[in-house]
Amino acid sequence: MNVIDWVDQRLDLTEVRHFVAEKGVPVHAQKIWYYLGGMTLFLFGVQVFTGILLLLYYRPSAAEAYESVQFIVTQVQFGWLIRNVHSWSANLLIGLAFAHLFSVFFLKSYRKPRELTWVSGMLLLFLMLGFGFSGYLLPWNELSFFATKVGTGIAGAVPLIGHFSLRLLRGGDDVTGATLSRFYGLHVAILPAIATALVALHLLLVQRQGMSVPPGVEKALKPGARLPQMPFFPNYILRDVLAWYVVIAVLAALAAFYPWELGTKADPFAVVPPGIRPEWYFLAMFHTLKLVPSHVLGIEGERLGVVAFAVAALFLVLVPFLDRRASRGESSRLFTVLAAGGLIYLVTFTIIGHYAK
Amino acid sequence: MISTDKAALPVAAEAREFDRRRFLDALLTVGFVSTAAAIAYPVGRYLVPPDSGEPATASVVAARVRALRPNSAAIFKFGSKPGIVVRTADGDVRAFSAVCSHLDCTVQFKSDTSQLWCACHNGTYDLGGNVVSGPPPRGLEKFVVNLRGEGDDADIVVSRA
Repeated sequence: MNVIDWVDQRLDLTEVRHFVAEKGVPVHAQKIWYYLGGMTLFLFGVQVFTGILLLLYYRPSAAEAYESVQFIVTQVQFGWLIRNVHSWSANLLIGLAFAHLFSVFFLKSYRKPRELTWVSGMLLLFLMLGFGFSGYLLPWNELSFFATKVGTGIAGAVPLIGHFSLRLLRGGDDVTGATLSRFYGLHVAILPAIATALVALHLLLVQRQGMSVPPGVEKALKPGARLPQMPFFPNYILRDVLAWYVVIAVLAALAAFYPWELGTKADPFAVVPPGIRPEWYFLAMFHTLKLVPSHVLGIEGERLGVVAFAVAALFLVLVPFLDRRASRGESSRLFTVLAAGGLIYLVTFTIIGHYAK
Repeated sequence: MISTDKAALPVAAEAREFDRRRFLDALLTVGFVSTAAAIAYPVGRYLVPPDSGEPATASVVAARVRALRPNSAAIFKFGSKPGIVVRTADGDVRAFSAVCSHLDCTVQFKSDTSQLWCACHNGTYDLGGNVVSGPPPRGLEKFVVNLRGEGDDADIVVSRA
């Protein structure tokens, strides 16, 4: 008697068997975009795994954080690999999450009945940005120290609750060891707890509703016809695994050939080094804030910029509810144009922000 | 998907199909197992702490002679581990590792019996570092003591033998 039979006799796996046998993925020309979510999920797993490993040697204090990361990359066997994979994987994850977002946006997969899947996905993207922002400070080097000063300073520009949220983020008026403790707690406990719950919800919704078929593909079908389906087990999952292997290969190559810099230890009394800028995924926002004049119509420019970004974020979350035409199954050119505009804005401003002095 | 009626296949074709499936399964298994191994190896090595925790300490100043009355002792830091420097009743200065050879507790000096005593499991050592009673399997590691300076102002310099 094999193990599966043994478990089956005790737990009755009929439903699982049924699920495994029935689950299918629609086959059509746009199905390539289905892989992005799975690849992002895979990288989330890589982050959890390597993050736990880093916890074994990392010390979250202003006096020891930098030295402990230095210890990991120089003394611990394969410590450089674990740390490089964690850093690179974080960046790939955010890149893939954006790609996933835009593919879903352009294919209008958020339309009824998948509004909640979109909302949970948007919240996950914000969480991932939070992971990136808090994790960036943990090695306690010069760049991350000043980037955190600027980043939390931007939070201080939020109207009404600005000063309060700045102090809440920094654990005081300045970026100090207290900020490091906070960001550490956020990065390894609070955010992972929320992210795990949201990922579970996101996946549950995807399971429950199946894969969305793009409106164009649906429309091209003859009345009464059904799209061909591919069994998820094992046909589709093997393709998913193939995509994950591509991710592993890229990750391993980056980690081995482009080690993540550690820089010099943060010194609160040092002058700010030139060319201080945040991670690439905040560059578009960072550069936009630089371009806003100091006062617009009597309102502080910084404040205006922050409010504009908050409105844009809220708009993104609410897209499925605003795009009524897509919900009715009609084509919604306006939202395609908005998505394209957003994508062009992000890409150009990220590039300009990267090269700007 | 290939949907061939197995019964209708000639025997040779069926065998070929079976071989192909077995070959692909084996290929996949080898692939997955090697991936797992390629991940498990660095992770396993990562989990083993590096050796650099061991101090390279060769010698330290344990105390001033003045600070140690005859028939007393003091604990000092020798690298990352404790050492104990003892001044015997007749003025002789000796130094040992204070790490008990039984279960790594820190030993202390008993002035009433002039012995080194471990409070954890009641092990005792004489002032030569040898086991007198109790569970310790070996004596204490003995350090070399040198005095630097004159009389009571001299530093007690302890070094590994």
